[in-house]
Amino acid sequence: MTEERADPPADLPFRDRGRLAGALLRWETLLLFVGVALFIFNALATPYFLNPWTLSDATFNFTEKAIIALAVALLVISGEIDLSVASIVALASIAMGAVAEIGGPLPVIVATGLAVGVLAGAVNGVIVTAFALPSIVVTIGTLSLYRGIGYIVLGDGVFKNYPPEFAIFGQSYVWWVISFELASFLVLAVLFAILLHKTPFGRSIYAIGNNTLAARFAGIRVERVKFLLFCLSGLMAGVASVMLTSRLGSTRPTIAFGWELEIVTMVVLGGVSILGGSGSIPGVVIAAFVMGLITFGLGLLNVPGVVMSVAIGSVLIFVIALPRILAMVRR
Amino acid sequence: MNIKHIIAGLSVGLALAAPVAAEDVRVGLVAKALGIGFFDAAHSGALEAAEEVGDMEIIYTGPTSTTAEGQIEVINSLIAQNVDVIAVSANDTDALVPTLRRAMQRGIEVISWDSAVAQEGRSVHLDPSSPELIGGLLARLAHDALPDGQGKVAIMSATPTSTNQNVWIEEMRNALPQYPGVEIATVLYGDDLADKSYRETVSLLQSDPEVRVIVAPTSVGIVAAAQAVTDEGKIGEVIITGLGLPSEMAGHIHSGAAKNFAVWNPIDLGYSTAMIAYNLAKENAEAAPGSEISMGRVGTLSLDDTLSGAMAEPFIYDETNVDEFAEIF
Repeated sequence: MTEERADPPADLPFRDRGRLAGALLRWETLLLFVGVALFIFNALATPYFLNPWTLSDATFNFTEKAIIALAVALLVISGEIDLSVASIVALASIAMGAVAEIGGPLPVIVATGLAVGVLAGAVNGVIVTAFALPSIVVTIGTLSLYRGIGYIVLGDGVFKNYPPEFAIFGQSYVWWVISFELASFLVLAVLFAILLHKTPFGRSIYAIGNNTLAARFAGIRVERVKFLLFCLSGLMAGVASVMLTSRLGSTRPTIAFGWELEIVTMVVLGGVSILGGSGSIPGVVIAAFVMGLITFGLGLLNVPGVVMSVAIGSVLIFVIALPRILAMVRR
Repeated sequence: MNIKHIIAGLSVGLALAAPVAAEDVRVGLVAKALGIGFFDAAHSGALEAAEEVGDMEIIYTGPTSTTAEGQIEVINSLIAQNVDVIAVSANDTDALVPTLRRAMQRGIEVISWDSAVAQEGRSVHLDPSSPELIGGLLARLAHDALPDGQGKVAIMSATPTSTNQNVWIEEMRNALPQYPGVEIATVLYGDDLADKSYRETVSLLQSDPEVRVIVAPTSVGIVAAAQAVTDEGKIGEVIITGLGLPSEMAGHIHSGAAKNFAVWNPIDLGYSTAMIAYNLAKENAEAAPGSEISMGRVGTLSLDDTLSGAMAEPFIYDETNVDEFAEIF
């Protein structure tokens, strides 16, 4: 908004808009500050941290989750949520494993994973939009359903007949220490930022999240947008599934178990309002790095995982409460 | 002048720092998950080994839940710390392989213990025991429980297709010629279900009163069989033995339904793992088929063609030690 503009009339809530934009800006700045502080802390606390390969290894711990978080962020902004994403990862991985087992070529394996992801997302979307059901309930249902199908197909078995070239997606590097996974995440982040912040589709997501009824009156096809967002969330779960399966080189039905909580944490930490209507992609991207820095830094200090969960929970509450605390202090 | 001073200072500093850094063998001991008594006991065994050799540091770690992804994060951080050895009890035989191979490429010795990693992702694997040792011990336990070593024995197995139990029972039969008085009357299948194992035991007790000992090489079956003997009022008449967990069997040891049972000792397992890690890092032994690696007080590990080896015969628990271990696992 660079064009010159007359002072707003006193009766328009311009001050609120200004404050909102300012708060959002502050949120990402704050998060960035937390990230830099964590980076410095890690570098001082352990001699092993400041090594390009170490940092590269660290990114593997969160890039797949962050890719899914990009799409889940859009859903949350629109006022919906998808808790079945980790189960979609498992379902897509099992489908790819089955195709690999019968000797399917690499492009077919990858296409299967992505297609199963979109399909599972579409099922979520249809149930939510056609029956006007709350997505939190629907996707808790499909969370069990999709992984349940995985257990029925695979039981306690394993699929591991992936062709050697399949390792590209989860184990290769595009340049020096920049892994294929990290590069894909950064490219997808830019695409999602453009989609959300620079297109009419992105603006309609905000509109739906802020006031569905008003959005409907403005001519936005609410159900269609939501359906597409669920498909997108499924597609990103499929992308993450390709990478994770490639990184592990094998599939079991427990793959990506419990990831939905970490993904939702990333989205909320990134400043996306859990009530819908606000949030940004840069925020989610920074939040992904912050979470990665916390878990990897604590891992280097050999802090047990239980303590790590406590630390992540505390940081989440602290970061979310901080703007409120600052506002109270200012008054 | 100045530069010389700096170089002199640096070399003194290096000389002072080097012995500590170069000699301490740092071993990352990775559990399936933290907070499990079995692995905590293995950790205490590893610490015992570290104290014994003097120049070994144990980094005990593991994920919060038994997932392969969690273990990979932990292994990544051990790689970053440039430890000398990673010793892992794997949550997934295959999924850890790519990460562990990267560890090996960066010069880290990788071994697995308790639960194996596929061979391409490790050098040595330490099995707590072997089918021969387990079968031999089961035959001996049956013989010792029979009055004068003579009489009929029944076996309470899991399912007819349970690989482990079938192999152990086969090895037990192979060991029987050493104990001529022992006669296997029947093999029951409780499917590793408490109620089915219980019912099978009850009907055996009623149909064949000559059976004096029931050997159950399954932790579910042994508890169910001991409960059936107790409920049928046959304590002292029929003795239960086999493989079980101290925490589940302590009560039946005290009641007399079982005199003893066996399972691997997690303390010895952790101790042996640490000793093997130390000896490989110090190049006292090499990971090659047929090679022998010292495990300190526990003995010597012999590697087979797949670089696996068995630690020892399962450890016997009875009235004297069951309570101490019941608190662990």
